[in-house]
Amino acid sequence: MSDAPTAAGAFAAAPAPGAAIETLALTRNFGEVCAVDHISLNVPLGEIFGLLGPNGAGKSTTIKMLTTLLEPTSGTARVAGFDIVAAPAEVRRRIGYVPQMLSADGALTGIENLTLSAKLYGMARAERKVRIGEALEFMGLADAAKRLVRTYSGGMIRRLEVAQAMLHRPAVLFLDEPTIGLDPVARRTVWDRLRELKERYGITVLITTHDMDEAEVLCDRLAIMHQGKIGVIGEPAQLKASLGESATLDDVFAHYSGGSIHEGGNYGDIQRTRSVARRLG
Amino acid sequence: MATSNAHAALPAVSARPSSIFSLFTESAAIAEVELKKVLRDPTELFTRAVQPTLWLVVFGQVFSRVRGIPTGNISYLAFMTPGILAQSVLFAAIFYGIAVIWERDLGIIHKLLVSPAHRVAFVLGKAISSGFRGAMQCVIIYLLALALHIQIQWKILPILGVFAGVALGSAIFATFSLIIACIVKSRERFMGIGQVLTMPLFFASNAIYPLALMPKWLRVVALVNPLTYLVDALRGLMIAGGQNVHGLGADFALLAAIFVILAAIAAKLYPTLVR
Repeated sequence: MSDAPTAAGAFAAAPAPGAAIETLALTRNFGEVCAVDHISLNVPLGEIFGLLGPNGAGKSTTIKMLTTLLEPTSGTARVAGFDIVAAPAEVRRRIGYVPQMLSADGALTGIENLTLSAKLYGMARAERKVRIGEALEFMGLADAAKRLVRTYSGGMIRRLEVAQAMLHRPAVLFLDEPTIGLDPVARRTVWDRLRELKERYGITVLITTHDMDEAEVLCDRLAIMHQGKIGVIGEPAQLKASLGESATLDDVFAHYSGGSIHEGGNYGDIQRTRSVARRLG
Repeated sequence: MATSNAHAALPAVSARPSSIFSLFTESAAIAEVELKKVLRDPTELFTRAVQPTLWLVVFGQVFSRVRGIPTGNISYLAFMTPGILAQSVLFAAIFYGIAVIWERDLGIIHKLLVSPAHRVAFVLGKAISSGFRGAMQCVIIYLLALALHIQIQWKILPILGVFAGVALGSAIFATFSLIIACIVKSRERFMGIGQVLTMPLFFASNAIYPLALMPKWLRVVALVNPLTYLVDALRGLMIAGGQNVHGLGADFALLAAIFVILAAIAAKLYPTLVR
């Protein structure tokens, strides 16, 4: 970063050199079902990494473990330099998270949502004001800041959620299906902002997605998950090339997940996805 | 393109204030947004006035004529007023957990739990806001007492004591409700359990008849019911001439202890909401 370090430029200090996310045989069972099966991943600093897979592949469970919401059954991971099992509090200080569901509070204004986040991250009043102003500006929400969130469009809500998640300048940002239910224009805006976060601040981004366009346009590297395991990891172009000249990412996906993206998903998944889409739409 | 080195030189995250202080600011932040929401849409506060009004105006007036319940030298209406206050607090607070299930279904809880805030701050924040809502119930009951000319004490210190007791009681039942929400995790099951709990808690207490009148088994149940101690404290504070059985100090100490235990349990269970 060549320009003078402004407040906005001061993201969390980089953890130990190397990986932003590193998982070691990370595993989670729900009763008899193994949702995530000994996965080992390595995401270097400053990368936008996509986790792809059909519903039920274990993407959300993986992200819940990496964000300390769920303890692994066995194995562990280091996120932003700290162990998710041994030091979850340290991990939490250094990550941001945008859940798949609608996490902004519709009964509050944009500023009130951001203020709550800022306070929970222990920011002092003066710092809070500056950072909230910057985040609103960066996400293009300054004009809507004082409106109730329930009057926002789906794209605006997503941008507010990203603003909340970046307020404390995390080293790693997790987004679960960030553009699900958004129209193409709103989707592009979210992608632009995420890329800008990476380029301006060197922030590492991990997203889960269903969307091949999103994977191809946004992600530096992808992992395709299937039945709790990682089928393949690589750059989108590499993955396509490995299947032949005219292969698309859909082909890659089908090859490694044993079916089309459009199959799969149980009643609960579908219900959740649709209700999110409805609320955001 | 930014490099990691550029950031390494800059200050990390935000300064870390002391633990107690941050616990306080985090709890206050949670309570503040809850209160903002109530004040923005205060219909809830008005609809809550309906039930106690019915109890005092209809049930109370009729039972005052029956004179079947010995209440010493005070009217039955005055005797039951603290009980109805405690009851209205219980009935409102016991359903507080449903909001948490709603927030969980939306994803708000997920986001909050990824923050480094103390887990217990989420519980304390909700308890504080429930305490404030309870205090508003107090205002309603005092207004009703004024309108119905009920003989209660109008001294400043006892009134402050009543507000404190009601806030504590409201925090207790709201925290209990949070615990149920963390266990059942679905609105339908929660409503069922809430309905099942309220009436027994109410009738197995000294809210509308004295402990002395109860059969022995019921008295035993009433003595493990927190509502009994809330009613006892409120009665001691609201009615001149001491209608308090267990002693104010004992009542408040017991209620505080119950709250601490429930808050500790709720803080342990809260993260399981998102699993």
